[in-house]
Amino acid sequence: MTVSVDVLIVGAGIVGAACAWELAKARLRVAIVDQSFPAAGATGAAMGHIVVMDDSQAQFALTRYSQTLWEELLEDLPASIEFDLCGTIWVAADEEELAEVRRKAAYYRERGVRTEILDSRALQEAEPSLRAPLAGGLLVPGDSVVYPPAAAAYFLERAAALGATLHAGKSVTKLGEGSACLEDGTIFHAGKLINACGQLAPKLTPGIPVKPRKGHLVITDRYPGMVRHQLVEMGYLKSAHSVTSDSVAFNVQPRKTAQLLIGSSRQYDVAHDKVEPEILSRMLKRAFEYVPKLSTLSGIRVWTGFRPATPDKLPLIGPWLEDPTLYLATGHEGLGITTSLATARLISAQILDTVPAISMDPYLPSRNMAAEIHA
Amino acid sequence: MDNTVHLRFEIVVIGGGPAGIAAAVAASQSGNSVALIDDNPRLGGQIWRGGASPSQPSVATHWFNQLENTKVRHIGGARVIHADGGFLEAETGREIFAIRHNKLILATGARELFLPFPGWTLPNVMGAGGLQALVKSGLPIKGKRVVVAGTGPLLLAVAAYLIDRGAKVVCICEQASSSSLAAFAFQVLMFPGKIVDAVSLLYKCRALKHLTNCWVVAAIGKNSLESVTISENGRTREIPCDYFAYGYHLVPNTELAQMLGCQLREGFVQTDEFQRTSQPGIYCAGEPTGIGGMELSVIEGSIAGHAAANSGDVAQKLFPARARYRKLAEAMKKAFRLRPELATLAKPDTLLCRCEDIPFERVRTCESWKAAKLHSRCGMGPCQGRICGAAAHFLFGWNIESTRPPVFPARCASLAAISSSVEVQPSHGGSQ
Amino acid sequence: MPESVTVFVNDRAVTVPVGATVAVAVMISEGVCRTSVSGEPRAPLCGMGTCFECRVEINEVSHLRSCQILCEPQMKIRVRG
Repeated sequence: MTVSVDVLIVGAGIVGAACAWELAKARLRVAIVDQSFPAAGATGAAMGHIVVMDDSQAQFALTRYSQTLWEELLEDLPASIEFDLCGTIWVAADEEELAEVRRKAAYYRERGVRTEILDSRALQEAEPSLRAPLAGGLLVPGDSVVYPPAAAAYFLERAAALGATLHAGKSVTKLGEGSACLEDGTIFHAGKLINACGQLAPKLTPGIPVKPRKGHLVITDRYPGMVRHQLVEMGYLKSAHSVTSDSVAFNVQPRKTAQLLIGSSRQYDVAHDKVEPEILSRMLKRAFEYVPKLSTLSGIRVWTGFRPATPDKLPLIGPWLEDPTLYLATGHEGLGITTSLATARLISAQILDTVPAISMDPYLPSRNMAAEIHA
Repeated sequence: MDNTVHLRFEIVVIGGGPAGIAAAVAASQSGNSVALIDDNPRLGGQIWRGGASPSQPSVATHWFNQLENTKVRHIGGARVIHADGGFLEAETGREIFAIRHNKLILATGARELFLPFPGWTLPNVMGAGGLQALVKSGLPIKGKRVVVAGTGPLLLAVAAYLIDRGAKVVCICEQASSSSLAAFAFQVLMFPGKIVDAVSLLYKCRALKHLTNCWVVAAIGKNSLESVTISENGRTREIPCDYFAYGYHLVPNTELAQMLGCQLREGFVQTDEFQRTSQPGIYCAGEPTGIGGMELSVIEGSIAGHAAANSGDVAQKLFPARARYRKLAEAMKKAFRLRPELATLAKPDTLLCRCEDIPFERVRTCESWKAAKLHSRCGMGPCQGRICGAAAHFLFGWNIESTRPPVFPARCASLAAISSSVEVQPSHGGSQ
Repeated sequence: MPESVTVFVNDRAVTVPVGATVAVAVMISEGVCRTSVSGEPRAPLCGMGTCFECRVEINEVSHLRSCQILCEPQMKIRVRG
């Protein structure tokens, strides 16, 4: 069977779903194919933190832009998405980290992101369950939390209402040169193809500089009021920067259900998705150092997921050099939920040849990337 | 921070019901160091709940005494949360046990299958075994009106027990037909011991109505149960009651076996004639290998215990008895097969997942158990899908197998203590 | 050897036979163990630690399965309405 569409998207995670919606809005005929059910990959494992990051100007621009797009959607988001404007507190354990807090505050302030520097006492008041004394922290009240699978499902629903079709449970065997071949024999002919397969993107398009970065998460039973903001240690960036094979960082999220989500860990070169006791232990012990009471809480589930990581920590959004019909929308590492909406806008601008709200250059797959250094 | 107690045993038995106790006794015969880990405060599992006491049936007392005469180390109130090749971790209220072993015998029993129907979440709607467990744990039942429903001989046993405790059991609603019951009764004649039990139970229950082709379609009440609506031969009527106890067969507790990589077949742990699973050094006995009742559990436990202790010849002597009780179990399965109407009781707004309050309709539209968990949140609560997953399997035919740790919710401190490389001093076994 | 034990459920003294579980003390005293996420009153279903409907707070530790915990003298049990 042969089907003709304008755009064929492979991958019904949050990025693929956002792209589908955006392109359907532009009245293009869109089809999305996924080997399983929507959000079965990293989107289903993700924390769902919508956060502005300052690791680089390009990362800031993308996260900030995308965050404003989430804000525009607020009124229409269904309750299942569990949107919560809880804000982030970047926690400084010592004076060195507090200096980082001041630098970060200045950086955000210059760019119009509202922040508040918390001293030791103010931090304690904002989050009584944090160990005291800590040096202080940076409150970013505009950050928020969502339940990612519900967000992906919502985007797909909106896309379908505009005529997009979802083909779940179907594997793609070949992607490129204006067509996608499915395992069941169906062939999609499309003017544009989008590979939004996350860590599996290189399987369909060999050579994409994306590597899986495994993470562990724990979710607890319900403990209302124990943690009020997403809490991340200032050392988090050291972990995301880390060149060694595994690292952990304190990262705790209160969900609207009053459950706590405890992370985070990063590992390279691990192919299996089994929970690994050693890294789980390190991750939890790191969390206990900040919120001692966590050790007494009931943990009801532990799982793993694979972030798609690139050598320069920026996603790949744009045409793939060797094939003008093929676009990439992958490599978002730990910021896929946040930047899904901005990714969709950039891809749409590229496909429709319009001017995007932010520069697309830093994210183009054709950019110069330090080849082997996955930092 | 919790204490971690490091121990080492030759053979560890998980589960202190009939299978586990029999396995521990058998395993200890050849002088091996044996531990028996159970998550209840007292031994006995469900059917011998409450440990040694004058009110227990004589067979239970016999086995409790046998166990007393061994050097088996009983670790009670301990829930196994993780196991992995020769090492397991269990959590009590205050401690963590990190236990190394050479052989493992899984005797994790079974839980009841709860089929949702309107009103099933009301307080005082319970499992048949559930109400019995609570009464055994001290719940006053004297003078209370109880409707017992579901399927199988367990209903008679529960009704008789409740009558002994002074409850007013109004009726037993058996979903099977009277001809199925009669056919099963005929099979029971092959087991003299069971005939005595059966006659005694029937006598105890002589005053109450035993309805067949009958099942409950709704539970009614404001803040707790006030009455149930039953359907009997197509006609419905309301019965006021204080408690509703229902049992629709048992679901094997295979989660730990799955986590250990043991092969399942049709939802049960696959074992060979010596109760060995597909994983080296791991045995399984009792309900997780196939629902078969107390006597079969004891026999399988004994076989597993002897086999683990390398006394295969002793184990073999029990093979014929096991075969006979397995035949009875097969007959029971046939006679009490669940009728399809039971899958149609839930209304769109009837809750399927009680931990997260997810309605039936929200789950039904999902394409698989995995998708349902992610998108409807059904099964993502603390019961880890034990209640709703089993129901979803019956209602939608979904495969609900899963191997994610922890086996049970555990304190985060215990999760942090899980490790596969632990320094252990050999233990001397024996009691504390 | 005492035949009964006294615990406190929502600050009210409840006396039960030795060997009784916390779930039983709570059911005798309150008739309900917890409130579900959508506000329904809930009580034990399975009686054996698998349904999690019997979760209560004991001595300031929450989410404990009361059907598997024996009453101990002076236990402070909290059931949220």
